[in-house]
Amino acid sequence: MIEIKNLKKSFGDLLVWEGVSFTIEEGDITAIIGRSGCGKSVLLKHINALLTPDEGEIIIDEKNIFDLDYVDKRLLRQKFGVLFQGSALFDSINTFENVAFPLRYFTNQNEEEIHENVMRALRYVNLENAAQQETAELSGGMRKRVGLARAIILEPKYIMYDEPTSGLDPQTADEINGLILDMASQFDVTSIVVTHDMHSVLEVADKVAFLDQQKLSWFGTIDEMKQSNQKDLVNFITASEYQIKQ
Amino acid sequence: MRVFKELGKYSSLLYQGLRSSTEFSTYRKNLFQELVKVGYDSVPIIILVGIFTGSVMTLQSAYQLESAFIPLSTIGAIVSQSILIELAAVISGLVLAGKVGARVATELGTMRVSEQIDALESMGFNSVSFLVVPRVLAGILMFPVIYIVASVCGLAGGVAAGYFSGQVPPADFLEGARMYFYPWDVAFGMVKSFVFGFIITSIACYKGYFATGGAEGVGNSTTQATVLGCIYILLADFVLAALLL
Repeated sequence: MIEIKNLKKSFGDLLVWEGVSFTIEEGDITAIIGRSGCGKSVLLKHINALLTPDEGEIIIDEKNIFDLDYVDKRLLRQKFGVLFQGSALFDSINTFENVAFPLRYFTNQNEEEIHENVMRALRYVNLENAAQQETAELSGGMRKRVGLARAIILEPKYIMYDEPTSGLDPQTADEINGLILDMASQFDVTSIVVTHDMHSVLEVADKVAFLDQQKLSWFGTIDEMKQSNQKDLVNFITASEYQIKQ
Repeated sequence: MRVFKELGKYSSLLYQGLRSSTEFSTYRKNLFQELVKVGYDSVPIIILVGIFTGSVMTLQSAYQLESAFIPLSTIGAIVSQSILIELAAVISGLVLAGKVGARVATELGTMRVSEQIDALESMGFNSVSFLVVPRVLAGILMFPVIYIVASVCGLAGGVAAGYFSGQVPPADFLEGARMYFYPWDVAFGMVKSFVFGFIITSIACYKGYFATGGAEGVGNSTTQATVLGCIYILLADFVLAALLL
């Protein structure tokens, strides 16, 4: 369980958000939605302590992660798999080595075990044939899937997805949504999805946190969201639906 | 105010690097790669720079000292002293501020703006230990070696230019070089190149590590790394000369 309590963040004079509080339950897929620039990715980077808030705390395993020293923060981060918006693959090494990267540094597995685990992860994202391809040769969708294979290779307790479907065609976006659901059900991970893609939210999320006007504007289950009358949330959903129809 | 802020960030990065330098297993592989990139890959350009510097120094000295009263060995003494004390370290440093500094700043800058550094951190890596420490260490370790290569090539270029132009026989050149050879000059050159290696790589790492703003930001950080590297090499050259000579 991840408890976010009264979080506030500013960059200089620019307030990103304040008073953000909600709880991410074990095994849930929680979507963080909101307009571009509302601080969704900033919030994500707080959850694995890549950024530090001005105020507030995040409790994971009964500890405020911002009280941890650097070594403990690094240990905490190993519990997280992160799929970055641009996939963040290391372009100096090929697909196989990208996925093998965490195994080489954080485990004592031998080459045979590494090969087996990497190929299993690549098979899982339907990319076993791309193992030896350079990352520069991969399409956007393939890069996301390699990023996902890398994110799950250490069998994390939590997976965070930063705009997993952005820049993808609808069919590939659906494949990624399918993988998010599979991850959650097969590996019993807690998932946090940052997105402004309402189609994706409706497909994968159990709960939704809506960031707007520098605060957590709304939080609830997907069914509650569908019935909500909250004006800003309704406007956001309506605009998204209009875009989907367009 | 901004200068102090930058200085604080730079010092903080160096402090983190110093603290992380004990994590040898994290950066061992990268260190060997960087030693090759900074050292071995720079050898061709350094040979070229060394030979031409020595050659031109010899021809110009011969032109300026053309007199029946000045022995030809003086040219060897002037050229060798200039190369060992100043030129091999400074010219190599300036050339490598472009070659090594630009590469390091671009690599790290690209990794920063494409979230690769965030990816490393989010996996639990110490990105400073993984990226900054091996690059700075490679600079510190390889620049003295590069200095020796540049010195040897500079002297060889001087001998060759004197011989082929018919202005300074090799025996005279080498006699002058030997007569005025002081081991301290080489030690001084090594100390300078050690400092230059640190300056170039640490500034490039700093500029790249904190790059912002996409391709343009990476371009700016690379330019700044190169320009600042050159400026600080010249400043350090002056300070070291004032302190150690």
